[in-house]
Amino acid sequence: MTDLHLWLIPLVPFAGFLVNGLVGRKAPKAVVSAVALIGALIPMLQVAWVVWNYHALTLPHVENLGTWIRAGAFHADFAFAVDQLTLVMLCVVTGVGFLIHVYSVGYMAEEDGYWRFFAYMNLFLFFMLTLVLAENFLLMFVGWEGVGLASYLLIGFYYTKDSAAKAGRKAFLYNRVGDVGFLLAMFMLIAHFGSLSFSEVFAKIGADSALQGGFLTAIALFLVLGATGKSAQIPLYLWLPDAMEGPTPVSALIHAATMVTAGVYMIARTHVIFDRSPLALSVVAIIGCATAFFAATVGITQTDIKRVLAYSTVSQLGYMFLGCGVAAYTAGIFHLVTHAFFKALLFLAAGSVIHALSGEQDMRVMGGLRKKIPVTFWTMTAAVFAISGFPPLSGFVSKDEILYQTFISPSPAGKILWAVGLFTAGLTSFYMFRLWYLTFFGKSRLEQAHLDDHGAAVHAHKDTKLTLEAEPAHGHAHGVHESPWVMLGPLVILAILSVIGGWIGWPDGLWGSNWFGHWLGAGLGTSEGAGGSRSLEFMLACVSTAVALAGWLVAHVMYYAKPELPERMAQSLRAVYGLVKNKYWVDEIYGALVITPVLFIARYLLNVLIDRGVIDVGGMAAGYTAQGVGALVARIQSGNIRSYAGWLALFAALLLAASYFGWTAHFWVR
Amino acid sequence: MVPIAYYLVLSAILFSIGVAAFLIKRNIITVFMSIELMLNAVNLTFVAFTRHWSQVTGHLQVNGQIFVFFVMVVAAAEAAVGLAIIIAVFRARNTLAVDQIDLMKL
Amino acid sequence: MHLALFIIFGAFCIAGALNLLLQRHPINSALSLIVVMTSLAVLYLLLGAEFLAVAQVIVYSGAIMVLFTFVIMLLNAGKEERTHGSKMAYVAGFPGAAILVCLLTFIFLSHKGDFAKARLGEYLVTTSDLSQVLFTKLLLPFEVTSVLILIAILGAVALARKEH
Repeated sequence: MTDLHLWLIPLVPFAGFLVNGLVGRKAPKAVVSAVALIGALIPMLQVAWVVWNYHALTLPHVENLGTWIRAGAFHADFAFAVDQLTLVMLCVVTGVGFLIHVYSVGYMAEEDGYWRFFAYMNLFLFFMLTLVLAENFLLMFVGWEGVGLASYLLIGFYYTKDSAAKAGRKAFLYNRVGDVGFLLAMFMLIAHFGSLSFSEVFAKIGADSALQGGFLTAIALFLVLGATGKSAQIPLYLWLPDAMEGPTPVSALIHAATMVTAGVYMIARTHVIFDRSPLALSVVAIIGCATAFFAATVGITQTDIKRVLAYSTVSQLGYMFLGCGVAAYTAGIFHLVTHAFFKALLFLAAGSVIHALSGEQDMRVMGGLRKKIPVTFWTMTAAVFAISGFPPLSGFVSKDEILYQTFISPSPAGKILWAVGLFTAGLTSFYMFRLWYLTFFGKSRLEQAHLDDHGAAVHAHKDTKLTLEAEPAHGHAHGVHESPWVMLGPLVILAILSVIGGWIGWPDGLWGSNWFGHWLGAGLGTSEGAGGSRSLEFMLACVSTAVALAGWLVAHVMYYAKPELPERMAQSLRAVYGLVKNKYWVDEIYGALVITPVLFIARYLLNVLIDRGVIDVGGMAAGYTAQGVGALVARIQSGNIRSYAGWLALFAALLLAASYFGWTAHFWVR
Repeated sequence: MVPIAYYLVLSAILFSIGVAAFLIKRNIITVFMSIELMLNAVNLTFVAFTRHWSQVTGHLQVNGQIFVFFVMVVAAAEAAVGLAIIIAVFRARNTLAVDQIDLMKL
Repeated sequence: MHLALFIIFGAFCIAGALNLLLQRHPINSALSLIVVMTSLAVLYLLLGAEFLAVAQVIVYSGAIMVLFTFVIMLLNAGKEERTHGSKMAYVAGFPGAAILVCLLTFIFLSHKGDFAKARLGEYLVTTSDLSQVLFTKLLLPFEVTSVLILIAILGAVALARKEH
């Protein structure tokens, strides 16, 4: 068996983190960039080498570096494993990761803290690769927590900005709540199977075919809780829109392509457990569908370009959950891959737009950028068409596969979920084209906004640079300009992938071979649902395409042909519009229901009552008592001979009396 | 014929007066003298008991008186040394009032 | 007659002790102490301790009290001043002394019958009786006491020397 030195894959980015973190501050920018890019390139090359050696491998290929924990009968190892699923994730993480690193060299060029950014990005790569390569739950959890940490560090990159710091904290806390679920699942696994290794647990479950439901459902549901935290599903999705406070490459890498997909990866990896628990699968499907719909509705009213993309991410992750929830794991993973391409592209292109406008993120003051930044425009167009599900682009293939599997799934709610998913696809198309029109078409609203007033609320959502200068955007001087090729290069590559990336998984029903689905399915041991027919699939595909076209049409009407229409509709549906625009007040509801009581308990009950009242008082009482008693007793030591004599006389007399009258006599007698 | 108990009571009274004098008097030499008084009271007790034990056992006992002998010797030595110390303290403090000699460091 | 002698010299003792307590000038206290010691010598005689009675007069009254008198003279100790003393001595001390005397008196008197009655002239302990024990059984302590006295002399000389 060839030794692939899998441990090198995560370790090189970690080395990059150490170098940049420790000496990056003083190093010249070129050195920092070089270190970071090498830290991202080498894993990619090594993954390519693994792929090159694919035929020589027996999968799953496990490399055990040694025992980590040994406690009685339980042991956990530092073990890395590669199988088909891992390989897919590795390609996505290293490939997209490297492209985004290249892009960041251009995007973050003028930032202070350049070295910090790349150190954290490499750190993130390290943890993500650990998560993906892990052979057991414990090592995966290390990566799981670590990407949460990296996410916190990168969201709060502009740490002097209050909203950014809060957003980072929010992300970390929501992740943490999910992690409790992951931990509980791990505890139950140890309790029932005595091991956390994937191969051992899955083998034990597989060997016992009568094992169904019961505690397996509990484990699965806990895992789902963890996944909803990491992948921003209901009820733990609220951190993702706020995470847009971080720099745009961070949003692209972490909150679109890789970290948020960790939840989906985890469900696919542990599908053996989920397959034995229909209840858990239903829960996953329903959560996914509900989140997809819900987030899409919020996305249609957002004005910040990155927020739209954030809600879009939440929505698309819902699709992946839906796919896994109907046991179409390969479809879910396939959508993960294509989503990585076009969502990363969308974010990077949005970053390019923002860069072109020198920091402007509000779509209401954009417009007419089509001629001015053509490369950005065309790449983003590819992404918009991909995400909306237009054949033959990648988004269509994966999304349609999920919808088809939902439709033909044996679960009773299949058709309903399909209907909601279809409607959401329409909404997706609508808001993406809305974004497209608002940003690139029509007359430029930029100069007018800047003429109106400086520093008004319109400029509220700025991608703030970490400089000490005052706020007014230095955009006027630069003018709208295209980004440098270090930024455009990755955009082009991702655009190409968005277009052709779906072709490896073109469904059987539509005269394709679905190489991806069959290959991955063989690796996972799953199979696509049966029960459909070629004609059904073709019909459903046509319906999906029609819905996507309808979304485009509505957006065209509202934002290109009759731009005054949105205003009028917003006015007439004021209540609904207000509800949706404010994200259904969910943040506020959570604040009132959960956060305020917790803070109240912490601040008043625990802090004032117990911490200060009981513990401090107890400690101080002990101190004061000691002081008081000491002061009393110290009076005996007066230095005055006569007082000593007085005490002596008194106590000698008392001793004598005691010994005569027998109080102490019984001590001697015994 | 005097009951031995009377001697003992006398000794107790002398001892208590010694204690009282120790507490009341402010001159360090007088305090020292009251210590001698206490020692004497104790000596009387020992001698009384010698007589008691002689009569009780029927033949002559001397142990109590031996003890008094040694007490006297030690009291003499102690008086000598103690007075020398008082002289040294007087040289340092220039006072014989007990209350004013309350610091260890001369 | 034994009783009368006892009462007289016992009264002398107590009077001398009280005088020691009540006198202000230390020299008066010293002289009262001499009275006490001499009366005690008589009481020793009544109890049949001839050697001790003489030793008491020679050693205690004749040497130790003379030493005290010399020191009083040397240090020119004057009348006692009214210094601000310690309250604790009175608060704790007097009750202590009172308890002591009352307790002991009570004990001895209530057990009066347990003790013997001394007769004059019986069971005299002579010097030769004492020396019998001292020079045979207790030879080592006897020699040690002589060393002790030597040390005391040296110590007294060293302590009381004038600093140069």
